[in-house]
Amino acid sequence: MIKFFLMVNKQGQTRLSKYYEHVEINKRTLLETEVIKSCLSRSNEQCSFIEFKDFKLIYRQYAALFIVVGVNDTENEMAIYEFIHNFVEVLDEYFSRVSELDIMFNLDKVHIILDEMVLNGCIVETNRARILAPLLILDKMSE
Amino acid sequence: MALKMVKGSIDRMFDKNLQDLVRGIRNHKEDEAKYISQCIDEIKQELKQDNIAVKANAVCKLTYLQMLGYDISWAAFNIIEVMSASKFTFKRIGYLAASQCFHEGTDVIMLTTNQIRKDLSSPSQYDTGVALTGLSCFVTPDLARDLANDIMTLMSHTKPYIRKKAVLIMYKVFLKYPESLRPAFPRLKEKLEDPDPGVQSAAVNVICELARRNPKNYLSLAPLFFKLMTSSTNNWVLIKIIKLFGALTPLEPRLGKKLIEPLTNLIHSTSAMSLLYECVNTVIAVLISLSSGMPNHSASIQLCVQKLRILIEDSDQNLKYLGLLAMSKILRTHPKSVQAHKDLVLQCLDDKDESIRLRALDLLYGMVSKKNLVEIVKKLMSHVDKAEGTTYRDELLTKIIDICSQCNYQHITNFQWYISVLVELTRLEGTRHGHLIAAQMLDVAIRVKAIRKFAVSQMSALLDRAHLVASSTQRNGICEVLYAAAWICGEFSEHLQEPQQTLEAMLRPKVTTLPGHIQAVYVQNVVKLYAAILQQKEQAAEPEAAQDVTQLMVERLPQFVQSADLEVQERASCILQLVKHIQKLQAKDVPVAEEVSALFAGELNPVAPKAQKKVPVPEGLDLDAWINEPPSDSESEDEKPKAIFHEEEQRHVKQRQPEADEEELARRREARKQEQANNPFYIKSSPSPQKRYQDLPGVEHIPVVQIDLSVPLKVPGMPASDQYVKLEEERRQRQRLEKDRKKKKKKDKERKGRARRRGSLLSESDEDVAPAQQVDIVTEEMPENALPSDEDDKDPNDPYRALDIDLDRPLADSEKLPVQKHRNADTSKSPEKEHVPVTEKKPKKPKKKEKKLREK
Repeated sequence: MIKFFLMVNKQGQTRLSKYYEHVEINKRTLLETEVIKSCLSRSNEQCSFIEFKDFKLIYRQYAALFIVVGVNDTENEMAIYEFIHNFVEVLDEYFSRVSELDIMFNLDKVHIILDEMVLNGCIVETNRARILAPLLILDKMSE
Repeated sequence: MALKMVKGSIDRMFDKNLQDLVRGIRNHKEDEAKYISQCIDEIKQELKQDNIAVKANAVCKLTYLQMLGYDISWAAFNIIEVMSASKFTFKRIGYLAASQCFHEGTDVIMLTTNQIRKDLSSPSQYDTGVALTGLSCFVTPDLARDLANDIMTLMSHTKPYIRKKAVLIMYKVFLKYPESLRPAFPRLKEKLEDPDPGVQSAAVNVICELARRNPKNYLSLAPLFFKLMTSSTNNWVLIKIIKLFGALTPLEPRLGKKLIEPLTNLIHSTSAMSLLYECVNTVIAVLISLSSGMPNHSASIQLCVQKLRILIEDSDQNLKYLGLLAMSKILRTHPKSVQAHKDLVLQCLDDKDESIRLRALDLLYGMVSKKNLVEIVKKLMSHVDKAEGTTYRDELLTKIIDICSQCNYQHITNFQWYISVLVELTRLEGTRHGHLIAAQMLDVAIRVKAIRKFAVSQMSALLDRAHLVASSTQRNGICEVLYAAAWICGEFSEHLQEPQQTLEAMLRPKVTTLPGHIQAVYVQNVVKLYAAILQQKEQAAEPEAAQDVTQLMVERLPQFVQSADLEVQERASCILQLVKHIQKLQAKDVPVAEEVSALFAGELNPVAPKAQKKVPVPEGLDLDAWINEPPSDSESEDEKPKAIFHEEEQRHVKQRQPEADEEELARRREARKQEQANNPFYIKSSPSPQKRYQDLPGVEHIPVVQIDLSVPLKVPGMPASDQYVKLEEERRQRQRLEKDRKKKKKKDKERKGRARRRGSLLSESDEDVAPAQQVDIVTEEMPENALPSDEDDKDPNDPYRALDIDLDRPLADSEKLPVQKHRNADTSKSPEKEHVPVTEKKPKKPKKKEKKLREK
């Protein structure tokens, strides 16, 4: 089960955070700083799975942005690793060549996409077309 | 009025939307907090407006701020207002904010029930979708109970988009409201065969999660999943199903046998690494559960190990990591198949990546043997020197010690070498495991008699070293080793070459900077050394030298008497008095050495950690019998005529002997447990002591009156039951009674070792090793109704435990999901399972609705 999904940049600023288990607000910032610290201290050749307290972190780096997913030990790490890439591909298609600024200025839309893909800590949809369908209809409606 | 409206709309023009907020925060990098608090004030103003668009904008900004770490729970009510907007874009913002910030403790959640219900039955699928998504983050038991029926109906919605979400959220509902599992389960099963693949995978997901916790309830679904596995091509679904099978196979070995073939096919055919990894994992789980001995199983193991080797050899670090992880699972049950790949594991030890090195270290554990232990440890030591980060170094240290000490030091052929390794490890600075090294030294020195001489010489050298004392500020630092060194030198002082020198080393002023518990050991062992030296000098007929030594003690002990630590102070002052007394005796030329060394006669033997528990109750002692006579039944009738004494006697009777009625006791116990569970102020202790407490036959058997237990619980021949706590705690809670230790008693020190350190030390082929003492373990007598230890770990509040429900029984009438009815409709309407439109509004809601109608 996925515990949380974070997008943090190299300076430690959180760009997106979604928790699937309730964590107090002040503990969240603490957790995020620790997580980004352990991710930043890894080099390129090291593997993307970190054992952190009582769960595992799976992270991927895209330019200056780290996408970190915290899972408990029942999940398949490789599957989550692929899932992160899937997510980035979906974002890419929606925003056409997504950048960090896109995510910052359209946070609500990114949340919608994430909610389509992960519900209650489980990966629910991985097909790009199906994920973006409701969002495109939404955009049409608001125009 | 018109002016007000114009002013209002002009104000609105300057409202920031989310993008402006983000831009603003970026531009105010220096005074970000001030800017944000300014924005929050503006947001508060906006929230006071009637316009729902403005409110939605404000909530959107709040969501962003919440992500940065600012608490927005004060706006909960406003979020609910936005949630009830009719326009989808605003509604969505409200639900998003709710999912980010509402949790079970938010009290306004109950206001949302009706709103969510309306959204769930809305004609627009996106409204329903957004409600479902948001709900999953903040569903509470109340919400779950109220909405379970609605969500269940949605599982059969026409649109697959809704079905998918409804299925997934049912899992959360099950967790919060377990009674909904049985009524909803048949529908969930149907969804497994839904035409839409999205719904199907959602159903698979939910059932997999449920089955993983309580697998035995879902065995009946195994054939269905089997069919799905062979027909599906979606890798994500396959991974989930295979994981589920991994959980089911321990219960159903035939299933395991059937699975091996399709799994091996998958392993051969798939190109997805994640699927391969999952298959390998499950094959391992299957093979572990099946009894070994069948020839084709070893072929499967070989296949797995082969594939894992390919993974490990891959240049991608991630695959290496996964390969090593899976290998360590195989190691536990089939160590031989893994040993063939020792070279690969040793290679991984040199890897640059820390996680991989840690995994490889784990594997090493099973791969050592007598021959390669020395070189492996040498390699690890070189890593220790190179390692920069302290966690990795600590990990290495623990691993080295683990590897060497496993199975009662089975693999060590030369203990001298091991002691020298330990001494080398003491050169490490900044480690947290000083006590481990100390424990090892003590253990080896005590249990291996032949090595004591060597150990003692090493320890006395350690005591001389100044740098260890310098690191005395750290708790559990490397200075803990001095604890062991002092003790060993004191206890085995007969092997010391230069006791005088060691004594002076231990009495140096710098020693007072060490932590208290170490100083206490120093003081104690100084006396032991002193006794040995006295003995020596008197035998050599050098009374002046003896008096010199005494004078040295008298001079140096006061520095310990002034110590801040209580233990040290106490011991030092007692010993000082003793030494002064000896000095007086020496002045009269009375030979004292004999008596002084008599203080420390006797040898300390190691005791198994569980020996205390296993002390059998002696014959003739029945712990359950009444200590006093239980009241006879005729007494209660006799109480009636003696009305005056009635209450006193009742009370008296109640105090000492309650009715030994089992049902009554059980009832009282239940009531007590209930009360404790409901009482929010009752501090629940950890499960294991609680369980054990409850297993004793009832609290009522513990008399309130003081008992004078005259039957001693000592068993002749077994170590006396002064229970010593673990070594680490021992330093902190030392026996305060100095006098007991001085008296000539056969003391036994308990070593907190691992459970395997029982029995005698196996003698190796080397000449140094002599068998250690025999430790007798009496067969266990556990208290009645004692549960096996692993059940003690389960948290009674675990939601997954509540889901352990038998699903195969047909649904009883009482188990239908609760449906909310209109209050006035109990005569006209009959309760239906279908969705009943609720027209009754909760009192707070009408105000908001009217407000909204007004502004529209």
